[in-house]
Amino acid sequence: MQFFGSSEISPSPPLPTASGNNAHMMYVFNRNGVCLLYREWNRPLRTLDSNQDHKLMFGLLFSLKSLTAKMDPSSVEKGNLGVPQLPGQGCSFHSFRTNTYKLSFMESPSGIKIILVTHPKASDLRESLKYIYNLYVEYVVKNPLYTPGTPIKAVRLWEFQSLRLFEGWRRRRTRERPIKSKGKEALTKLHPSTTKLDLQIRKAFPISSGTEVSYSTRLSINTCEASDSM
Amino acid sequence: MAAIYSLYIINKSGGLIFYKDYGLAGRMDTNDSLRLASLWHSMHAISQQLSPISGCSGIELLEADTFDLHCFQSLTGTKFFVVSEPGTQHMENLLKHIYELYTDYVLKNPFYEMEMPIRCELFDINLSQAIQKDRVAYLGR
Repeated sequence: MQFFGSSEISPSPPLPTASGNNAHMMYVFNRNGVCLLYREWNRPLRTLDSNQDHKLMFGLLFSLKSLTAKMDPSSVEKGNLGVPQLPGQGCSFHSFRTNTYKLSFMESPSGIKIILVTHPKASDLRESLKYIYNLYVEYVVKNPLYTPGTPIKAVRLWEFQSLRLFEGWRRRRTRERPIKSKGKEALTKLHPSTTKLDLQIRKAFPISSGTEVSYSTRLSINTCEASDSM
Repeated sequence: MAAIYSLYIINKSGGLIFYKDYGLAGRMDTNDSLRLASLWHSMHAISQQLSPISGCSGIELLEADTFDLHCFQSLTGTKFFVVSEPGTQHMENLLKHIYELYTDYVLKNPFYEMEMPIRCELFDINLSQAIQKDRVAYLGR
């Protein structure tokens, strides 16, 4: 990978400089504005429902980007205000601060936007965002069962993959027709002891098993410790 | 290189009432500055909506790749914002000083109509002095 140096995740997340949970929320958007992931740790105030909230956040980032691109004092050719720009084109921003929170923002060349909302006195979080992006690449993009452009969900993906695997096995063994019904019910109907099966699959397929889970837990570990320098 | 690139003052409904630039690369056209001002007004409002904690009063500092934007909102809703070099310090003080100048030379001007573009000679003179002073201080640092 060219963008952030190596293809491997850096061995350790950026060091937190102070104790305490300073992260409020995290968003991951793709370039079409679909919210792939949303996590919150501390959000006492909620003015909108989650869908509206995601839309508003994406809209804010989009407009702020066009604002900064237009305002850029160093370039002569700026184009028109509001014209959609490719990721990496024009002057972007990396954070803004209000009296109650600080928002750090990163956009990858493929248009993945990672947003971290923290305490206003949090220090520069660009390294943390890069680390999160690396986690995303390792555990989501490289997961063969992940469909690009869909929300990152551990449970549903896991159910789906186990169901598919199980269907395959069953067909081979009993030469039955493939099962048409999908979802959790079908899974339990087919095999009451799904836990055993899950364990087997996990043994057999170490790459695909629970990768999403480890992704999100590692994320939460990392972002909860998001550092500040108060 | 100037420490400050440009200064905007917008009224409580998002209309640009004062704009001055101090050495931008590429001229900003009047329509664009009006658009930018009203865009900033709405972004400021949206940022308050997205706050995880109550009592948010909007963006104070926006850090872009090539500039910093410092914003100060007065109690009456007038917003003052400067575009400066990245990492410029003490912009809050300058903005408060500009606000003082605004109250002294604009609001106390009997010919000034509220919420309308600022055309006050005394304000212009004192503002350019303040910016000059800030620039000298910046170079001295």
